[in-house]
Amino acid sequence: MVRRLNRREALAAGAGAFAAGLGSATGPARALNDYAEQIAKFTGGRTPVEGRVKLELPELAENGNTVPLSVAVDAPSGEGAHVQEILVVAPANPNARVIRFRFSPLSVPEASTRIRLAATQDVIAVAKLSDGTFFSASRQIKVTIGGCGG
Amino acid sequence: MAETKPRIRLDKKEVRKGQIVDVKTLVSHVMETGLRKDAAGKVVPRMIINTFNCEFNGQFVFGCDLESAVSANPYFEFKFKPMESGTLKFTWIDDEGVRIEAAETITVV
Amino acid sequence: MSPRLALCAIVLLAIVGGAVAIAWGRSGPERPHWEGHGIKPPDKDFPLPEIVSGYWFRTKETQAIQDDDFNNPGFFAVEQGEELWSKPDGAAGKSCASCHQDAATSMKGVGAAMPKWREALHKPVNLEQQINICRTERMQAEPWKFGSAELTAMTTYVRFQSRGMPVRVRIDGPMAPWFERGKQLYHTRNGQLDLACASCHEKNYGRNLRADFLSQGQSNGFPVYRLRDQRLVPLHERMEGCIFDVRGIPYAPLSDEFLALELYLAWRGTGLPVETPAVRN
Repeated sequence: MVRRLNRREALAAGAGAFAAGLGSATGPARALNDYAEQIAKFTGGRTPVEGRVKLELPELAENGNTVPLSVAVDAPSGEGAHVQEILVVAPANPNARVIRFRFSPLSVPEASTRIRLAATQDVIAVAKLSDGTFFSASRQIKVTIGGCGG
Repeated sequence: MAETKPRIRLDKKEVRKGQIVDVKTLVSHVMETGLRKDAAGKVVPRMIINTFNCEFNGQFVFGCDLESAVSANPYFEFKFKPMESGTLKFTWIDDEGVRIEAAETITVV
Repeated sequence: MSPRLALCAIVLLAIVGGAVAIAWGRSGPERPHWEGHGIKPPDKDFPLPEIVSGYWFRTKETQAIQDDDFNNPGFFAVEQGEELWSKPDGAAGKSCASCHQDAATSMKGVGAAMPKWREALHKPVNLEQQINICRTERMQAEPWKFGSAELTAMTTYVRFQSRGMPVRVRIDGPMAPWFERGKQLYHTRNGQLDLACASCHEKNYGRNLRADFLSQGQSNGFPVYRLRDQRLVPLHERMEGCIFDVRGIPYAPLSDEFLALELYLAWRGTGLPVETPAVRN
Protein backbone atom coordinates (compact mmCIF):
# COMPACT_ATOMS: atom_id res chain seq x y z
CA MET A 1 0.00 0.00 0.00
CA VAL A 2 1.34 3.41 -0.92
CA ARG A 3 1.40 5.59 2.14
CA ARG A 4 0.08 9.03 1.36
CA LEU A 5 0.82 12.06 3.46
CA ASN A 6 -1.99 14.18 4.80
CA ARG A 7 -1.55 17.91 5.18
CA ARG A 8 -0.47 17.87 8.82
CA GLU A 9 2.00 15.07 8.27
CA ALA A 10 3.26 16.67 5.10
CA LEU A 11 3.98 19.84 7.06
CA ALA A 12 5.59 17.87 9.88
CA ALA A 13 7.69 15.90 7.42
CA GLY A 14 8.66 19.13 5.70
CA ALA A 15 9.62 20.68 9.00
CA GLY A 16 11.69 17.60 9.83
CA ALA A 17 13.48 17.73 6.52
CA PHE A 18 14.17 21.40 7.00
CA ALA A 19 15.59 20.85 10.46
CA ALA A 20 17.80 18.02 9.20
CA GLY A 21 19.31 20.27 6.58
CA LEU A 22 17.13 18.95 3.78
CA GLY A 23 17.94 15.36 4.64
CA SER A 24 15.27 12.73 4.13
CA ALA A 25 12.48 12.53 6.70
CA THR A 26 12.22 8.94 7.85
CA GLY A 27 10.54 7.02 10.66
CA PRO A 28 7.13 7.58 12.15
CA ALA A 29 6.19 11.24 12.22
CA ARG A 30 5.72 13.06 15.49
CA ALA A 31 6.53 10.49 18.11
CA LEU A 32 5.93 12.28 21.37
CA ASN A 33 6.60 9.55 23.85
CA ASP A 34 8.81 6.58 24.76
CA TYR A 35 6.94 4.03 22.64
CA ALA A 36 10.17 2.43 21.38
CA GLU A 37 11.38 1.91 24.95
CA GLN A 38 8.01 0.50 25.93
CA ILE A 39 8.22 -2.03 23.11
CA ALA A 40 11.81 -2.89 24.04
CA LYS A 41 10.76 -3.41 27.65
CA PHE A 42 7.96 -5.69 26.48
CA THR A 43 10.20 -7.77 24.20
CA GLY A 44 13.24 -7.79 26.48
CA GLY A 45 15.18 -5.91 23.84
CA ARG A 46 14.34 -8.22 20.92
CA THR A 47 13.17 -6.78 17.67
CA PRO A 48 9.72 -8.10 16.79
CA VAL A 49 9.27 -9.69 13.38
CA GLU A 50 6.76 -7.85 11.24
CA GLY A 51 3.80 -10.04 10.36
CA ARG A 52 1.32 -12.60 11.71
CA VAL A 53 -0.41 -9.82 13.65
CA LYS A 54 -3.57 -8.35 12.17
CA LEU A 55 -4.34 -4.89 13.55
CA GLU A 56 -7.64 -3.33 12.58
CA LEU A 57 -8.50 0.34 13.01
CA PRO A 58 -10.79 2.58 10.98
CA GLU A 59 -9.02 4.51 8.23
CA LEU A 60 -10.50 7.66 9.74
CA ALA A 61 -11.59 8.19 13.33
CA GLU A 62 -14.48 10.63 13.53
CA ASN A 63 -13.38 11.36 17.04
CA GLY A 64 -10.13 10.26 18.67
CA ASN A 65 -11.81 9.63 22.01
CA THR A 66 -13.60 6.45 20.94
CA VAL A 67 -11.76 4.45 18.28
CA PRO A 68 -12.63 0.77 17.73
CA LEU A 69 -9.52 -1.45 17.68
CA SER A 70 -9.25 -5.17 16.91
CA VAL A 71 -6.14 -7.28 17.00
CA ALA A 72 -5.62 -10.93 16.08
CA VAL A 73 -2.59 -13.16 15.75
CA ASP A 74 -2.22 -15.96 13.26
CA ALA A 75 -0.90 -18.56 15.72
CA PRO A 76 -2.20 -21.85 17.05
CA SER A 77 -4.06 -21.71 20.33
CA GLY A 78 -4.23 -24.63 22.73
CA GLU A 79 -1.24 -26.80 21.83
CA GLY A 80 2.21 -25.61 20.82
CA ALA A 81 3.41 -22.02 21.05
CA HIS A 82 0.41 -19.88 21.97
CA VAL A 83 0.02 -16.13 22.13
CA GLN A 84 0.63 -14.92 25.67
CA GLU A 85 0.26 -11.18 25.35
CA ILE A 86 -0.34 -8.35 22.90
CA LEU A 87 0.87 -4.83 23.69
CA VAL A 88 -0.66 -1.87 21.86
CA VAL A 89 1.27 1.41 21.75
CA ALA A 90 0.38 4.82 20.28
CA PRO A 91 3.49 6.87 19.37
CA ALA A 92 1.67 10.22 19.21
CA ASN A 93 -0.34 9.87 22.43
CA PRO A 94 0.71 11.54 25.70
CA ASN A 95 1.51 8.06 27.03
CA ALA A 96 2.75 5.33 24.71
CA ARG A 97 1.02 2.36 26.31
CA VAL A 98 -2.62 1.86 25.37
CA ILE A 99 -3.49 -1.64 26.52
CA ARG A 100 -1.92 -5.04 27.11
CA PHE A 101 -4.10 -8.06 26.33
CA ARG A 102 -3.28 -11.28 28.18
CA PHE A 103 -4.26 -14.65 26.72
CA SER A 104 -4.22 -18.27 27.85
CA PRO A 105 -4.27 -21.67 26.15
CA LEU A 106 -8.07 -21.52 26.60
CA SER A 107 -8.51 -18.24 24.73
CA VAL A 108 -8.27 -17.44 21.04
CA PRO A 109 -5.61 -14.80 20.24
CA GLU A 110 -8.12 -12.15 19.20
CA ALA A 111 -9.46 -9.12 21.06
CA SER A 112 -11.34 -5.89 20.45
CA THR A 113 -11.73 -2.69 22.47
CA ARG A 114 -12.18 1.09 22.05
CA ILE A 115 -9.27 3.45 22.52
CA ARG A 116 -8.31 7.14 22.67
CA LEU A 117 -5.91 8.57 20.09
CA ALA A 118 -4.58 12.12 20.38
CA ALA A 119 -3.55 12.56 16.74
CA THR A 120 -3.09 10.96 13.35
CA GLN A 121 -0.42 8.29 13.81
CA ASP A 122 0.82 4.75 13.24
CA VAL A 123 -0.53 2.54 16.03
CA ILE A 124 1.64 -0.51 16.78
CA ALA A 125 0.71 -3.93 18.19
CA VAL A 126 3.34 -6.40 19.38
CA ALA A 127 2.48 -10.03 20.16
CA LYS A 128 4.47 -12.23 22.53
CA LEU A 129 4.35 -16.00 21.96
CA SER A 130 5.04 -18.66 24.56
CA ASP A 131 8.18 -19.76 22.71
CA GLY A 132 9.73 -16.32 23.25
CA THR A 133 9.17 -14.98 19.75
CA PHE A 134 7.64 -11.57 19.02
CA PHE A 135 5.60 -10.38 16.05
CA SER A 136 4.24 -6.95 15.21
CA ALA A 137 2.00 -4.91 12.97
CA SER A 138 1.38 -1.20 12.59
CA ARG A 139 -1.44 0.72 11.06
CA GLN A 140 -1.97 4.33 10.21
CA ILE A 141 -5.11 6.06 11.38
CA LYS A 142 -6.25 9.58 10.65
CA VAL A 143 -7.81 11.31 13.62
CA THR A 144 -10.19 14.22 13.16
CA ILE A 145 -9.15 17.10 15.38
CA GLY A 146 -10.22 20.69 15.76
CA GLY A 147 -13.67 20.56 14.22
CA CYS A 148 -17.08 20.69 15.83
CA GLY A 149 -16.53 17.12 17.00
CA GLY A 150 -12.99 17.79 18.22
CA MET B 1 -18.61 4.81 40.61
CA ALA B 2 -20.53 2.30 38.60
CA GLU B 3 -24.24 3.02 38.98
CA THR B 4 -25.22 0.37 36.50
CA LYS B 5 -24.44 -3.31 36.19
CA PRO B 6 -21.78 -4.45 33.72
CA ARG B 7 -23.17 -5.78 30.46
CA ILE B 8 -22.04 -9.22 29.30
CA ARG B 9 -23.09 -11.10 26.19
CA LEU B 10 -22.07 -14.59 25.11
CA ASP B 11 -22.96 -15.55 21.56
CA LYS B 12 -23.99 -18.96 22.91
CA LYS B 13 -24.38 -20.50 26.36
CA GLU B 14 -24.63 -24.10 25.24
CA VAL B 15 -21.69 -25.41 23.23
CA ARG B 16 -19.95 -28.55 22.13
CA LYS B 17 -16.59 -29.25 23.79
CA GLY B 18 -13.90 -27.00 22.30
CA GLN B 19 -16.34 -24.86 20.34
CA ILE B 20 -15.49 -21.15 20.33
CA VAL B 21 -17.59 -18.81 22.49
CA ASP B 22 -17.57 -15.10 21.69
CA VAL B 23 -17.67 -12.89 24.79
CA LYS B 24 -18.50 -9.17 24.86
CA THR B 25 -18.34 -6.99 27.95
CA LEU B 26 -19.18 -3.35 28.56
CA VAL B 27 -18.81 -1.63 31.92
CA SER B 28 -19.78 1.89 32.98
CA HIS B 29 -16.71 3.90 34.01
CA VAL B 30 -15.54 7.48 33.39
CA MET B 31 -11.87 6.46 32.76
CA GLU B 32 -10.48 9.83 33.88
CA THR B 33 -7.07 10.14 32.20
CA GLY B 34 -5.22 12.22 34.78
CA LEU B 35 -4.18 14.53 31.93
CA ARG B 36 -7.16 16.87 32.09
CA LYS B 37 -7.47 20.10 34.05
CA ASP B 38 -10.68 21.30 35.67
CA ALA B 39 -12.16 24.80 35.30
CA ALA B 40 -9.89 26.04 38.10
CA GLY B 41 -6.79 24.79 36.27
CA LYS B 42 -6.13 21.90 38.66
CA VAL B 43 -5.24 18.50 37.24
CA VAL B 44 -8.09 16.02 37.65
CA PRO B 45 -6.48 12.93 39.19
CA ARG B 46 -6.33 9.74 37.14
CA MET B 47 -9.18 7.36 37.87
CA ILE B 48 -9.36 4.41 35.50
CA ILE B 49 -10.13 0.73 35.50
CA ASN B 50 -6.58 -0.63 35.28
CA THR B 51 -7.24 -4.38 35.24
CA PHE B 52 -9.79 -6.73 33.70
CA ASN B 53 -9.72 -10.48 34.22
CA CYS B 54 -11.89 -13.37 33.12
CA GLU B 55 -11.63 -16.82 34.71
CA PHE B 56 -13.40 -20.06 33.86
CA ASN B 57 -13.82 -22.49 36.78
CA GLY B 58 -10.97 -20.67 38.53
CA GLN B 59 -8.61 -20.88 35.56
CA PHE B 60 -7.36 -17.71 33.85
CA VAL B 61 -8.87 -17.23 30.37
CA PHE B 62 -8.34 -13.65 29.21
CA GLY B 63 -7.43 -10.33 30.75
CA CYS B 64 -5.93 -6.96 30.09
CA ASP B 65 -4.00 -4.14 31.67
CA LEU B 66 -5.63 -0.86 30.76
CA GLU B 67 -3.99 2.55 30.48
CA SER B 68 -5.73 5.92 30.29
CA ALA B 69 -5.90 5.56 26.50
CA VAL B 70 -8.81 3.13 26.84
CA SER B 71 -12.11 4.94 26.20
CA ALA B 72 -14.68 5.57 28.92
CA ASN B 73 -17.12 2.69 29.48
CA PRO B 74 -14.50 0.06 28.55
CA TYR B 75 -15.60 -2.47 25.95
CA PHE B 76 -13.91 -5.81 25.35
CA GLU B 77 -14.57 -8.65 22.99
CA PHE B 78 -12.65 -11.92 23.16
CA LYS B 79 -13.12 -15.60 22.32
CA PHE B 80 -12.43 -18.81 24.21
CA LYS B 81 -12.97 -22.57 24.02
CA PRO B 82 -14.59 -24.16 27.06
CA MET B 83 -13.63 -27.82 27.52
CA GLU B 84 -16.22 -28.42 30.28
CA SER B 85 -19.34 -26.83 31.76
CA GLY B 86 -18.73 -24.10 34.29
CA THR B 87 -18.81 -20.49 35.37
CA LEU B 88 -17.11 -17.52 33.74
CA LYS B 89 -16.12 -14.93 36.32
CA PHE B 90 -15.41 -11.35 35.27
CA THR B 91 -13.55 -8.80 37.43
CA TRP B 92 -12.81 -5.15 36.74
CA ILE B 93 -10.53 -3.27 39.19
CA ASP B 94 -10.09 0.51 39.25
CA ASP B 95 -7.37 2.84 40.64
CA GLU B 96 -9.13 3.04 44.01
CA GLY B 97 -9.22 -0.74 44.25
CA VAL B 98 -12.98 -0.91 43.68
CA ARG B 99 -13.93 -4.26 42.17
CA ILE B 100 -16.84 -4.78 39.81
CA GLU B 101 -17.78 -8.42 39.44
CA ALA B 102 -20.08 -10.49 37.24
CA ALA B 103 -20.56 -14.14 36.29
CA GLU B 104 -22.09 -16.22 33.48
CA THR B 105 -22.57 -19.96 33.16
CA ILE B 106 -21.76 -22.10 30.13
CA THR B 107 -22.95 -25.63 29.50
CA VAL B 108 -20.88 -28.03 27.41
CA VAL B 109 -23.14 -30.64 25.85
CA MET C 1 0.95 31.12 9.27
CA SER C 2 4.28 31.95 10.88
CA PRO C 3 7.25 32.74 8.58
CA ARG C 4 8.97 29.58 9.78
CA LEU C 5 6.00 27.41 8.99
CA ALA C 6 5.65 29.12 5.63
CA LEU C 7 9.27 28.31 4.89
CA CYS C 8 8.72 24.71 5.89
CA ALA C 9 5.78 24.55 3.55
CA ILE C 10 7.89 25.88 0.68
CA VAL C 11 10.68 23.42 1.42
CA LEU C 12 8.12 20.66 1.55
CA LEU C 13 6.69 21.63 -1.82
CA ALA C 14 10.19 21.44 -3.28
CA ILE C 15 10.77 18.00 -1.79
CA VAL C 16 7.52 16.19 -2.28
CA GLY C 17 6.03 18.11 -5.14
CA GLY C 18 3.45 15.96 -6.81
CA ALA C 19 2.66 13.83 -3.76
CA VAL C 20 1.22 16.87 -2.03
CA ALA C 21 -1.20 17.50 -4.85
CA ILE C 22 -2.53 14.00 -4.37
CA ALA C 23 -2.73 14.42 -0.60
CA TRP C 24 -4.59 17.71 -0.91
CA GLY C 25 -6.85 16.36 -3.53
CA ARG C 26 -9.52 13.73 -3.08
CA SER C 27 -7.48 11.20 -1.18
CA GLY C 28 -9.62 11.23 1.94
CA PRO C 29 -11.25 8.10 3.30
CA GLU C 30 -14.47 7.14 1.64
CA ARG C 31 -17.36 9.16 2.98
CA PRO C 32 -20.71 7.64 3.93
CA HIS C 33 -23.35 7.56 1.23
CA TRP C 34 -26.09 9.48 2.98
CA GLU C 35 -28.08 10.26 -0.16
CA GLY C 36 -31.20 8.21 -0.68
CA HIS C 37 -31.38 7.14 2.97
CA GLY C 38 -33.77 9.90 3.94
CA ILE C 39 -37.52 10.30 3.84
CA LYS C 40 -39.65 12.54 1.68
CA PRO C 41 -40.56 15.95 3.11
CA PRO C 42 -44.25 16.46 3.92
CA ASP C 43 -44.70 19.24 1.31
CA LYS C 44 -42.90 20.98 -1.51
CA ASP C 45 -42.06 24.09 0.51
CA PHE C 46 -40.06 22.09 3.02
CA PRO C 47 -36.50 23.43 3.49
CA LEU C 48 -34.91 20.04 2.71
CA PRO C 49 -35.39 17.95 -0.44
CA GLU C 50 -34.79 14.81 1.63
CA ILE C 51 -34.86 14.43 5.43
CA VAL C 52 -31.84 12.39 6.51
CA SER C 53 -30.93 11.22 10.00
CA GLY C 54 -27.44 12.06 11.27
CA TYR C 55 -26.84 8.31 11.39
CA TRP C 56 -26.26 8.25 7.62
CA PHE C 57 -23.58 10.94 7.80
CA ARG C 58 -21.39 8.91 10.13
CA THR C 59 -18.71 6.35 9.31
CA LYS C 60 -19.53 2.66 9.31
CA GLU C 61 -17.57 2.24 12.56
CA THR C 62 -19.73 4.83 14.34
CA GLN C 63 -22.89 3.33 12.86
CA ALA C 64 -21.82 -0.12 14.07
CA ILE C 65 -21.78 1.06 17.70
CA GLN C 66 -25.40 2.21 17.34
CA ASP C 67 -26.52 -0.82 15.32
CA ASP C 68 -26.13 -3.23 18.22
CA ASP C 69 -27.78 -2.13 21.47
CA PHE C 70 -25.25 -4.17 23.42
CA ASN C 71 -22.33 -2.23 21.94
CA ASN C 72 -24.02 1.12 22.51
CA PRO C 73 -22.89 2.62 25.85
CA GLY C 74 -25.92 4.95 25.63
CA PHE C 75 -27.87 2.04 27.08
CA PHE C 76 -26.26 2.59 30.45
CA ALA C 77 -28.41 5.75 30.60
CA VAL C 78 -31.51 3.80 29.53
CA GLU C 79 -30.83 1.33 32.36
CA GLN C 80 -30.21 4.11 34.86
CA GLY C 81 -33.45 5.82 33.77
CA GLU C 82 -35.36 2.58 34.16
CA GLU C 83 -34.08 2.23 37.71
CA LEU C 84 -35.00 5.83 38.59
CA TRP C 85 -38.46 5.40 37.06
CA SER C 86 -39.72 3.31 39.95
CA LYS C 87 -37.60 4.86 42.71
CA PRO C 88 -39.68 7.09 45.05
CA ASP C 89 -38.26 10.57 45.64
CA GLY C 90 -39.57 13.74 47.32
CA ALA C 91 -42.09 14.57 50.08
CA ALA C 92 -45.04 12.92 48.32
CA GLY C 93 -43.26 9.55 48.45
CA LYS C 94 -43.98 8.92 44.81
CA SER C 95 -41.99 7.67 41.86
CA CYS C 96 -42.68 8.18 38.15
CA ALA C 97 -44.26 4.71 38.18
CA SER C 98 -46.76 5.74 40.89
CA CYS C 99 -48.70 7.75 38.28
CA HIS C 100 -47.46 6.40 34.96
CA GLN C 101 -47.04 2.68 35.78
CA ASP C 102 -45.20 0.88 32.99
CA ALA C 103 -43.18 3.33 30.90
CA ALA C 104 -43.21 0.96 27.92
CA THR C 105 -46.93 1.66 27.47
CA SER C 106 -47.52 5.03 29.17
CA MET C 107 -44.54 6.80 27.59
CA LYS C 108 -44.82 5.29 24.12
CA GLY C 109 -44.90 8.15 21.63
CA VAL C 110 -44.50 10.88 24.24
CA GLY C 111 -40.90 11.71 23.37
CA ALA C 112 -41.62 11.82 19.63
CA ALA C 113 -44.10 14.70 20.07
CA MET C 114 -42.11 17.09 22.28
CA PRO C 115 -41.91 20.06 22.75
CA LYS C 116 -45.64 20.33 23.47
CA TRP C 117 -47.95 23.15 24.57
CA ARG C 118 -48.72 23.38 28.29
CA GLU C 119 -51.81 25.50 28.83
CA ALA C 120 -51.16 26.00 32.56
CA LEU C 121 -47.78 27.58 31.81
CA HIS C 122 -48.88 29.38 28.61
CA LYS C 123 -45.79 27.99 26.87
CA PRO C 124 -44.45 24.80 25.36
CA VAL C 125 -42.26 22.45 27.40
CA ASN C 126 -39.72 19.88 26.34
CA LEU C 127 -39.11 16.47 27.88
CA GLU C 128 -36.57 17.66 30.45
CA GLN C 129 -38.92 20.41 31.61
CA GLN C 130 -41.90 18.05 31.79
CA ILE C 131 -39.89 15.59 33.90
CA ASN C 132 -39.04 18.37 36.34
CA ILE C 133 -42.66 19.59 36.40
CA CYS C 134 -43.67 16.08 37.48
CA ARG C 135 -40.92 16.04 40.08
CA THR C 136 -41.78 19.37 41.66
CA GLU C 137 -45.59 19.29 41.36
CA ARG C 138 -46.49 15.61 41.75
CA MET C 139 -43.56 14.17 43.68
CA GLN C 140 -42.67 17.30 45.66
CA ALA C 141 -39.05 16.55 44.88
CA GLU C 142 -36.23 18.87 43.87
CA PRO C 143 -35.98 19.42 40.12
CA TRP C 144 -32.98 17.72 38.54
CA LYS C 145 -30.33 20.12 37.24
CA PHE C 146 -29.95 20.38 33.48
CA GLY C 147 -27.03 18.22 32.43
CA SER C 148 -27.19 16.04 35.56
CA ALA C 149 -26.78 12.32 34.95
CA GLU C 150 -30.26 11.75 36.42
CA LEU C 151 -32.15 14.20 34.20
CA THR C 152 -30.34 13.05 31.08
CA ALA C 153 -30.88 9.39 31.96
CA MET C 154 -34.61 9.90 32.55
CA THR C 155 -34.96 11.93 29.35
CA THR C 156 -33.16 9.17 27.47
CA TYR C 157 -35.30 6.45 29.05
CA VAL C 158 -38.60 8.20 28.27
CA ARG C 159 -37.55 9.08 24.73
CA PHE C 160 -36.31 5.52 24.18
CA GLN C 161 -39.92 4.36 24.65
CA SER C 162 -40.66 6.09 21.30
CA ARG C 163 -37.71 4.56 19.46
CA GLY C 164 -38.64 3.84 15.86
CA MET C 165 -41.70 6.10 15.98
CA PRO C 166 -41.81 9.12 13.66
CA VAL C 167 -41.04 12.57 15.07
CA ARG C 168 -44.15 14.72 14.82
CA VAL C 169 -44.71 18.00 16.68
CA ARG C 170 -47.64 20.44 16.65
CA ILE C 171 -46.72 23.85 15.25
CA ASP C 172 -50.23 25.29 14.95
CA GLY C 173 -52.38 27.29 17.37
CA PRO C 174 -50.43 28.70 20.31
CA MET C 175 -47.30 26.87 19.09
CA ALA C 176 -47.17 28.98 15.90
CA PRO C 177 -45.29 31.97 17.33
CA TRP C 178 -42.78 29.61 18.97
CA PHE C 179 -42.25 27.87 15.64
CA GLU C 180 -41.72 31.24 13.89
CA ARG C 181 -39.24 32.28 16.60
CA GLY C 182 -37.35 28.99 16.18
CA LYS C 183 -37.28 29.37 12.41
CA GLN C 184 -35.96 32.90 12.74
CA LEU C 185 -33.22 31.84 15.19
CA TYR C 186 -32.28 28.97 12.88
CA HIS C 187 -31.58 31.41 10.06
CA THR C 188 -29.89 34.13 12.14
CA ARG C 189 -26.13 34.40 11.76
CA ASN C 190 -24.26 34.23 15.01
CA GLY C 191 -20.79 34.60 16.53
CA GLN C 192 -17.43 35.70 15.18
CA LEU C 193 -17.66 33.13 12.39
CA ASP C 194 -20.99 34.68 11.40
CA LEU C 195 -22.75 31.39 10.73
CA ALA C 196 -26.39 30.48 11.17
CA CYS C 197 -27.57 26.93 11.91
CA ALA C 198 -28.80 26.91 8.31
CA SER C 199 -25.36 27.86 6.95
CA CYS C 200 -24.04 24.42 7.87
CA HIS C 201 -27.06 22.17 8.24
CA GLU C 202 -29.32 23.42 5.45
CA LYS C 203 -26.93 24.82 2.84
CA ASN C 204 -23.87 22.59 3.26
CA TYR C 205 -24.75 19.20 4.68
CA GLY C 206 -22.91 16.36 2.97
CA ARG C 207 -19.81 18.53 2.66
CA ASN C 208 -16.74 19.04 4.77
CA LEU C 209 -16.28 22.07 6.99
CA ARG C 210 -12.57 21.68 7.64
CA ALA C 211 -12.41 18.29 9.37
CA ASP C 212 -16.15 17.99 9.90
CA PHE C 213 -18.51 16.11 7.66
CA LEU C 214 -21.70 18.11 8.04
CA SER C 215 -25.02 16.42 8.70
CA GLN C 216 -28.46 17.99 8.52
CA GLY C 217 -28.25 18.59 12.26
CA GLN C 218 -31.34 16.47 12.95
CA SER C 219 -32.48 15.98 16.54
CA ASN C 220 -34.14 12.55 16.25
CA GLY C 221 -31.34 10.71 18.09
CA PHE C 222 -31.09 12.92 21.18
CA PRO C 223 -29.93 12.55 23.85
CA VAL C 224 -27.02 11.04 21.91
CA TYR C 225 -23.97 9.11 23.07
CA ARG C 226 -21.12 11.23 21.75
CA LEU C 227 -17.82 9.52 20.98
CA ARG C 228 -16.15 12.80 21.90
CA ASP C 229 -17.63 13.09 25.39
CA GLN C 230 -18.08 9.34 25.93
CA ARG C 231 -21.43 10.01 27.62
CA LEU C 232 -25.02 11.00 26.82
CA VAL C 233 -25.35 14.57 25.59
CA PRO C 234 -28.77 16.30 25.68
CA LEU C 235 -29.89 18.43 22.71
CA HIS C 236 -29.54 21.81 24.43
CA GLU C 237 -25.93 21.01 25.38
CA ARG C 238 -25.21 20.13 21.74
CA MET C 239 -26.75 23.42 20.59
CA GLU C 240 -24.62 25.27 23.15
CA GLY C 241 -21.63 23.52 21.57
CA CYS C 242 -22.65 24.59 18.06
CA ILE C 243 -22.95 28.24 19.05
CA PHE C 244 -19.67 28.02 20.94
CA ASP C 245 -18.05 26.52 17.81
CA VAL C 246 -19.08 29.54 15.72
CA ARG C 247 -17.63 31.66 18.52
CA GLY C 248 -20.93 33.06 19.65
CA ILE C 249 -22.44 33.38 23.10
CA PRO C 250 -24.81 30.43 23.57
CA TYR C 251 -28.32 30.77 24.96
CA ALA C 252 -28.88 28.99 28.26
CA PRO C 253 -30.08 25.38 28.22
CA LEU C 254 -33.87 25.24 28.68
CA SER C 255 -34.16 28.94 27.72
CA ASP C 256 -37.09 30.04 25.55
CA GLU C 257 -34.68 30.54 22.64
CA PHE C 258 -33.39 26.95 22.77
CA LEU C 259 -36.92 25.68 23.30
CA ALA C 260 -38.08 27.49 20.14
CA LEU C 261 -35.06 26.06 18.28
CA GLU C 262 -35.82 22.57 19.59
CA LEU C 263 -39.35 22.89 18.21
CA TYR C 264 -38.07 24.03 14.82
CA LEU C 265 -35.48 21.21 14.73
CA ALA C 266 -38.14 18.62 15.54
CA TRP C 267 -40.37 19.99 12.77
CA ARG C 268 -37.60 19.96 10.13
CA GLY C 269 -37.04 16.30 11.06
CA THR C 270 -40.74 15.45 10.73
CA GLY C 271 -41.17 11.74 10.09
CA LEU C 272 -37.65 10.66 11.07
CA PRO C 273 -37.68 7.72 13.46
CA VAL C 274 -36.63 8.44 17.04
CA GLU C 275 -33.19 6.82 17.48
CA THR C 276 -32.56 7.64 21.14
CA PRO C 277 -29.95 6.79 22.35
CA ALA C 278 -28.17 7.38 19.01
CA VAL C 279 -24.38 7.31 18.64
CA ARG C 280 -22.69 10.34 17.10
CA ASN C 281 -19.17 11.74 16.81
